[in-house]
Amino acid sequence: MPNGALTKADLAEKLYEELGLNKREAKELVELFFEEIRGSLETNEQVKLSGFGNFDLRDKSQRPGRNPKTGEEIPISARRVVTFRPGQKLKARVETYAGTKP
Amino acid sequence: MTKSELIEYIAEKQDHLPVRDVELAVKLLLDYMSEMLAEGERIEIRGFGSFSLHYRAPRMGRNPKTGDAVELEGKFVPHFKPGKEMRDRVNESIHS
Repeated sequence: MPNGALTKADLAEKLYEELGLNKREAKELVELFFEEIRGSLETNEQVKLSGFGNFDLRDKSQRPGRNPKTGEEIPISARRVVTFRPGQKLKARVETYAGTKP
Repeated sequence: MTKSELIEYIAEKQDHLPVRDVELAVKLLLDYMSEMLAEGERIEIRGFGSFSLHYRAPRMGRNPKTGDAVELEGKFVPHFKPGKEMRDRVNESIHS
């Protein structure tokens, strides 16, 4: 992607080019793909995509926090967060990337 | 939810497409995203999140069997940052 990150439009374009879905079908399919994953996570169900990775849920308990501007102490409430654990196959593919090291 | 369940759920909502096409599409999406990450591209899906690479510096490790020190090379690892809508929707479920 010469101008920045890969987006849903690029993914839909790929489905159109490689699978011959029409543009509307390709766009809908990309939307559904992400919506189904989000929907599952929203009902507290882990998503396991073999070869790619797992989206897991973690419950974090309340912890003390601070308003960085005023220094005032405010508790950070208990929350549920999504974490992504890349699968072996994805890790192996990415590891060898020889890009610029920060 | 597994990959085959994901394929099944999408197919139920796209009943004009054969399941076989949905299966090919899901596999192609995952493979293409992996390929792009492996080339160092970022992926940004609004409302869902972004995938990028994080660099892990070289370090000394140990062979767990022998206890010998081994040099581990620097490498890139995939990283996912959930987007705002994802964070909000998932966090709401803690209250229900």
